[in-house]
Amino acid sequence: MLRVERRPGAYHDSIVLMLASRRMLDAPGVEAAMAAMATDLNLSMLRDAGLWTAALEDARPDDLILAARGTDAGAAIEAAEAALAERTPASGAGPGQVPARTVRTAAQRMAGANIAMISVPGEHAPWSCWDALRSGLNVFCFSDNVSVADEVRLKREALGRGLLFMGPDCGTAILDGVGLGFSNLVPRGPVGIVGASGTGIQQLSCLLAHQGVGVSQAIGVGGRDLSPEVGGLMTREAIARLDEDPETEVIVVVSKPAQAELEARKPLVPALLAPGVDLTRIALEVGGGSLPPDPEPGGWRGGVDGIFSGGTLRDEAALIWGSDPRFNAVDYGADEYTRGRAHPMIDNAVRIDAIRRARGLVYLDVVLGRGAHPDPAGELAPTLDGRPAVVVLVGVEADPQGLSRQRAAFEAAGARVYLSNSRAARSLLEESEA
Amino acid sequence: MSLLGGPVSVVSAGAAMLADALEADQVRVDWRPPLERLVPDPEVDLANQRAVARMLAARPRWVGVGTAVEVIPGMRPDLLLHSGPPMRWEAASGPMRGALEGALRLEGRDSADLEPCHVHMAVGPMAGVVSAGMPVVIVEDETSGIRAYSNLNEGLGRVLRYGANDEAVLERLRWMASVLGPDLGRALESGPIDLGAINQKALQMGDELHNRHRAATSMVFRELALRGLSAESLRFIDQNDYFYLNLVMASAKAACEAAAGVDQSTLVVSMARNGTEFGIRVSGEPRRWFTAAAAVPVGLFLGSYTQEDANPDIGDSAITETFGLGGFAMAAAPAITRVVGGTAQTAVDASLEMYEITLEENSNHQIPALDFRGSPTGIDVRRVVETGIQPLINTGIAHREAGIGQIGAGLVRAPLEPFLAAHLHLARARPDGAPQ
Repeated sequence: MLRVERRPGAYHDSIVLMLASRRMLDAPGVEAAMAAMATDLNLSMLRDAGLWTAALEDARPDDLILAARGTDAGAAIEAAEAALAERTPASGAGPGQVPARTVRTAAQRMAGANIAMISVPGEHAPWSCWDALRSGLNVFCFSDNVSVADEVRLKREALGRGLLFMGPDCGTAILDGVGLGFSNLVPRGPVGIVGASGTGIQQLSCLLAHQGVGVSQAIGVGGRDLSPEVGGLMTREAIARLDEDPETEVIVVVSKPAQAELEARKPLVPALLAPGVDLTRIALEVGGGSLPPDPEPGGWRGGVDGIFSGGTLRDEAALIWGSDPRFNAVDYGADEYTRGRAHPMIDNAVRIDAIRRARGLVYLDVVLGRGAHPDPAGELAPTLDGRPAVVVLVGVEADPQGLSRQRAAFEAAGARVYLSNSRAARSLLEESEA
Repeated sequence: MSLLGGPVSVVSAGAAMLADALEADQVRVDWRPPLERLVPDPEVDLANQRAVARMLAARPRWVGVGTAVEVIPGMRPDLLLHSGPPMRWEAASGPMRGALEGALRLEGRDSADLEPCHVHMAVGPMAGVVSAGMPVVIVEDETSGIRAYSNLNEGLGRVLRYGANDEAVLERLRWMASVLGPDLGRALESGPIDLGAINQKALQMGDELHNRHRAATSMVFRELALRGLSAESLRFIDQNDYFYLNLVMASAKAACEAAAGVDQSTLVVSMARNGTEFGIRVSGEPRRWFTAAAAVPVGLFLGSYTQEDANPDIGDSAITETFGLGGFAMAAAPAITRVVGGTAQTAVDASLEMYEITLEENSNHQIPALDFRGSPTGIDVRRVVETGIQPLINTGIAHREAGIGQIGAGLVRAPLEPFLAAHLHLARARPDGAPQ
């Protein structure tokens, strides 16, 4: 049985819809299901999924589509409705007051507002970011798919107004102890981090925390900030801010290799990923402590399927593994895997499929913290099902998921659990070469 | 000392999941996709600031009364002006047709050309028909020197602006031309009347200056009485709370025209309806109309009239909303929300919503219920495209048949299509050819 419902003008953001789609699929007797706005892309996905009816022929992009096929398609529709109803309503409005519809109005309604967190679809992000800058707000731009030209324009506008523009595609920031996007509940301390990579910042800040060293500020700048086109506009500004920040004693810049010359008055440690440079080494150099012991080597000599959620963690492992054909490293957070679905840090489905297909040892990075899936081990560990596995946990005990709870669940499933991505990757390489 | 100069206080727009995970003070934006992709453009921002500054700087004064053909630019004996965007005879709705026919009889003509009031620096309520011999008010913006014109309000009941054209209607118009107009003209010889000041005071006395003019009409009555206006003319004004409507419309028109013609500006300088179509003009392209079918207002009906009897939206009076009054200043006039069954809170919410689509707050038009915040002024086409919020217009409702007159009052939302069309037109005209 196929049921397709079309609701004109009922907009929901894509993450909410993707989570609703998951809930539909969890309903009993459902073969295929989708909750989506009727964009061209989504309509073609509905067609491909066999969720098509003639009623969709003249659907418009602002129509909400709930579609399900199976013995009890109605249950899936109900599940989607329940999931959509759970969405927290826009607040900031007193009784009877209309919710703010624009960044400008929201900024006016909050005395002391100083930063905008923008995660609207990328094509609309420049407008909302511009509105934020014009309202005197710093910007944390989580949205991706923003052009380099727009990025440069927005960063120049921000600098002209003495504001920070973090992003686009900025996953992580910790500002005065407040986490934005994905971040771990690490202690406050003397290390200021500027990062072009969200998961890079998370790995570094967690490895510092494991040594008992805290973070003063973590400022994401977007993956392209140190590219020649953007020229490090925000990296330099962030370094200047950390130079002024009394809590910061040392500054670490996490990025891909770049030609930019970076200078600071305080000690500056570049963490520019390259052969021989990894985040663990940097974390130990900056932290001056030691990490908890790694698990005993397992003597694995077969193939390794690196099933990553973090691009930087994938790159770091791939640098260590080099061209050895037994090692395969795929970033399931990359655009080609996340189109039309949530990031693997939020939704484990894409990696569960990859684990089931894996032939070799399963190598997983699992990022904990604010914004991440509430219990990744609860979904991923059962899937391991006795397969040889190495899990890198990027997180701290204070994270909502609980580092030791996650560790215990993965260990119970037979996985070796590391806190350092590079140590785990190197250990596997050494085992196979032994 | 903190990185952001104070405790982290967040405005969030987009994924609810990220906002839910945030442990800091925050206000969420109820974000929805715009009607069309918008591209930031500092030149447009600058053009809009310049344009709206002229609107805010306007100091409208009533400087005189004259005969249309003598004072309105481009007026001629064989021309009838009408409300709204350009229109052909065949497209005229019932009340418009009745008004045009009445005006022809008044002028003793068989035919005439039709042009909008708006393109002759004039505005008229409902059918807005102005013929060569009619007396018109002359309102000047002291700041820009721009003059705007409107006919004189005939009162309630069977009147030309609602399409009535029987002999009694024409007789009243003849009296207005021969007695009231000259009377008012003499009263103004001692100096202009400051309409800007009356507008300010009226907003603090419960008028929103589109559907409610009780305070403003009273104030202008007092002023005219002191200037020795004849008892006959004063009695006529006293019977009609809407007398001030045409004066506030002309003052709004002068202010909006002052803001017209700023290259690249997306500021709306006219919203007007002719009973068939709704149209807007924007500052960056003032010679062009962007139009769509006029909507039918909803509201409260007199007697046994119902929604079925209502004519589509008609009149230039939406110039008041274009200038941040009327529906935009609804919070100033909670009494009129009763026409749509609303509460005082409804009135406040209506004004708050209009701040989303306007460029400025007019400190000359302070609203007590909003803690004396200036009324939301200067509609930015881009904000309408961003939010899909339709400008709110307070309006009278005409019967769809000529001559029956006003059958109610209510609210109407401007259609979105003209705003979208204006946005696309201006965006295409820009050097970089945005939107991409």
